Amino acid sequence: MEASAEAQSRFEAVIANEQRVEPRDWMPEAYRATLVRQIAQHAHSEIIGMQPEGNWLTRAPSLRRKAILLAKAQDEAGHGLYLYAAAETLGVDRAELTEKLIDGRQKYSSIFNYPTLTFADVGVIGWLVDGAAICNQVPLCRCSYGPYARAMVRICKEESFHQRQGYELLMTLMAGTDAQRRMVQDAVDRWWWPSLMMFGPPDGASPNSERSMAWRIKRHSNDELRQRFVDMTVPQAEHLGVTLPDPALAWNEERGSWDFGEPDWSELMQVIKGQGPCNAQRVDRRRAAHEDGAWVREAASAYAVKHGRGKGSAE
Amino acid sequence: MSGERASWPLYEVFVRPRRGLNHVHVGSLHAADDRMALLAARDLYTRRNEGVSLWVVRSDAITASSPDEQDPFFAPSGDKVYRHPTFYPIPEDVPHI
Repeated sequence: MEASAEAQSRFEAVIANEQRVEPRDWMPEAYRATLVRQIAQHAHSEIIGMQPEGNWLTRAPSLRRKAILLAKAQDEAGHGLYLYAAAETLGVDRAELTEKLIDGRQKYSSIFNYPTLTFADVGVIGWLVDGAAICNQVPLCRCSYGPYARAMVRICKEESFHQRQGYELLMTLMAGTDAQRRMVQDAVDRWWWPSLMMFGPPDGASPNSERSMAWRIKRHSNDELRQRFVDMTVPQAEHLGVTLPDPALAWNEERGSWDFGEPDWSELMQVIKGQGPCNAQRVDRRRAAHEDGAWVREAASAYAVKHGRGKGSAE
Repeated sequence: MSGERASWPLYEVFVRPRRGLNHVHVGSLHAADDRMALLAARDLYTRRNEGVSLWVVRSDAITASSPDEQDPFFAPSGDKVYRHPTFYPIPEDVPHI
C-alpha cells in the first residue's frame, strides 16, 4: 500500500503523542508485519504453554492442586484466544496462524520446549517462567497498538495468579521433606537459565529491537528486562531457601542491582532452531489436537447451517 | 485443511460488569452460531465474575464510521461550543448554578 505523506505523518504523530494505533488506521506495512509476527508468536506460546503443565493435570497430588492447575491451563487457552483476536484485527486469519504454527512456519517461546520432569516443575514454571513473562508483558500494556495493549491488560491481571500459585506450591514443598526440597532445587537448577533466555538475545544481537522501540511496540530492551527479572527474583529465592545456579550472582552496590552470569546463547539458538528436548513433541501434540478436533468443528458448522442460526461453513 | 479456514463468523463480545453499568466491548471470538458464541464468550471473557450480562453481535452486522473520515464526519460538533455549560459566563456570586 502506498502511503500518502499525510497518512504517514498522522501515524507518526499518534506514536509520538503516546496515543494508540487502532485497527483501521493507516499503518506502515512493516509495523503491521512486526505486530502480526509478535502477536502470533505470543498467542502460540500461550497455546503450546498449556502442554508442559498439562502433563501433570492427571497426577496432581491433591484435588486443590488439580483445580488450580486446570484453571491455569484454561487461562492460557483464554490468553491465546485474546491474542489471536488481536492479531485478526491486523487482517490475518486465526486458522491460518494455527496452520503456520503446526507447519513450523511460526514460532513460540523456546521455554516450552523443556520437559516438566516432576511436580515441582509446575511450581517453578509459575514462579520463574510466569514471573519472567510478567516482566515482559507489563510494558506491553502500553504498546502503541490498541488491541494488543488491551489484550495484555486483561492477560496481566490474570497472570499474577499464575505466579503466586507457583510460589505458594514451592513454599509448601520447601516446608516438607528433604526429598521434596531437593526436588524444588533440582527444578530451579533446570529452569533458571531457560527463564533468563525468555527475554531474548542480548541487546547487541537483537536486530529488530530498536525499530520496535521506536514504534513503541517494545518499551524496554531485552537486557533491561532481564536485569529487572533477576533483581525481582533473587530475594524471592532467598525467602524460599533455594540457590539460583549461577556462581556469578552477586550484589553490585554501585549499580544497585544484581550482577549475573551469561546464559548459554548457543543453547537458545539450538532450541529456536528446533533442537530443544521437546520441540517435535509439542508441535505434534498441537497438530494432533487440531486434527482430532476437526469433526467437532464440522459438526458445529453443520448444526448451525441446519438450524439457520449461523452462516456456518459455507465455503 | 484450508477448506476449514474462516468458516466460522466473527462475533464481538460486550459485557455488563454489574447492574447499573453499560455493556462494554471486551473483544471478539469465532463461533458457528449465536448460541455457541454466547457460551464461548462466557468461558473466555467471564472466568472471574467479570459480568452479569453478555451480548454477542456478529461483526458483519456492525456499521462503523471510518477513521479516515474522522475529521469531516465529526466536524458538525466541533464548532458548537455553545453546547457546553462553560460557554456561559455567570457571575461568581450567583449560587447553585
